[in-house]
Amino acid sequence: MAQRAGRLYLRAFVGGFFVAVPVTVTVLDRVAYVARVEGTSMQPFLNPEGVSACDVVLLNRWRVRNYEVQRGDIVSVVSPKNPQQKIIKRVIALEGDFIRTLSYKNRYLRVPDGHLWIEGDHRGHSLDSNSFGPVSVGLLHGHASHIIWPPNRWQRIERSLPEDRGPLLSAHAAEEEEG
Amino acid sequence: MELCAAGPSPTLLRCLLLPRGRHQSRDSFPLRGCLLLQTPFHLESSGRRSISDKGLGEPPDTRAVGDLGRIWGRTGRREEEEEEADGHEEMLRRALGKALGLVGYTVQYGCIAHCAFEYIGEFVVCSGPSMKPTIVDNDVVFSEHLSRHLFRIEKGDIVIAKSLSDPRMNVCKRVIGLEGDKVCTSGPSDIFKTHTYVPLGHVWLEGDNLKNSSDSRSYGPVPYALIRGRVCMKLWPPHSVGPMKESPTGRIIKTKPHSDWD
Repeated sequence: MAQRAGRLYLRAFVGGFFVAVPVTVTVLDRVAYVARVEGTSMQPFLNPEGVSACDVVLLNRWRVRNYEVQRGDIVSVVSPKNPQQKIIKRVIALEGDFIRTLSYKNRYLRVPDGHLWIEGDHRGHSLDSNSFGPVSVGLLHGHASHIIWPPNRWQRIERSLPEDRGPLLSAHAAEEEEG
Repeated sequence: MELCAAGPSPTLLRCLLLPRGRHQSRDSFPLRGCLLLQTPFHLESSGRRSISDKGLGEPPDTRAVGDLGRIWGRTGRREEEEEEADGHEEMLRRALGKALGLVGYTVQYGCIAHCAFEYIGEFVVCSGPSMKPTIVDNDVVFSEHLSRHLFRIEKGDIVIAKSLSDPRMNVCKRVIGLEGDKVCTSGPSDIFKTHTYVPLGHVWLEGDNLKNSSDSRSYGPVPYALIRGRVCMKLWPPHSVGPMKESPTGRIIKTKPHSDWD
């Protein structure tokens, strides 16, 4: 009797397992997931208190399923230097834009097709495109949409470009004015 | 049992006498209907005359049917609509239940399919001449994703990767060098050979058909994370089914094993 109940319980557990795991994995891969921001490269916007209190952000994967981002978005990309790590930076320029770099080997550069130029808000303390160059759009992982922890910093992340870091010549300027 | 409680009892009798398809198909209805017919006060409180004398477990006779017909004529339309509304509600509820069940199954199998394609492997139809003679136009290959997630891609593997200049396109090339490896950037026909080292986190891809392939020789090393999977087997055309062959180009520079570290 107990054995039968135990077997039924096991069957229910295994059945539930086979439903829960694929659904969870699919949601985390396709919809959104949560991640802690470590480091100071996006100060003062993210992690303003540094190591003592790390922000937790919601990364929207559904938004980037067609690789559509805009200048000023905060995105997470797979690091070109280390494929096991994700880095979170701000998109400064899209493909075709002509920009002035801060500390890259070329002073001025046209962002190649299918690439992005990303920078951390904290200049000088950020490993970003200024060190490894434009990143391919295929490395785009998620769009940071909300800060969800700590509770006093709960907010929706708005798109904003630092004033002096916009593109010099924008390939998409005409489309933006119309839209 | 709102049908019996709300409506007058003739409704109940009528259902039993003139069974409608939808009422009969309800599992619990006939039983409950019979039970309620047995209780006399329910019938009396309805206020309909002459039916309360009849129908207490007895088979209905012509008088009951006649009265019934009269009552139907007066109020039957509204009752019918009420019944229809309830019947519709029941049907809607059942349809909704079935629809939800269908949605649930679709979601579950969609998620399983996503996990299979993302973590196990997928079938790829190749097009283009850049991997001749290993893979030609319209070949179907199977690319497995396990080695990509476990970081076990090796030199000499054929991989499917997202294109560097357009992430919606995929390219199928062979890995000539991993990070830190020395690769030859000049062509095979050049006299003076130039070499470079593949940077960290990148791989060097080249097609087997060196004359007609745009690969790392033109667009540089490719980040490892753009690799989608490793091609392990060719499935079509039937005469060349089987595992993939070694590189025919001889461009892979083999690193000597460090034997003096033991």
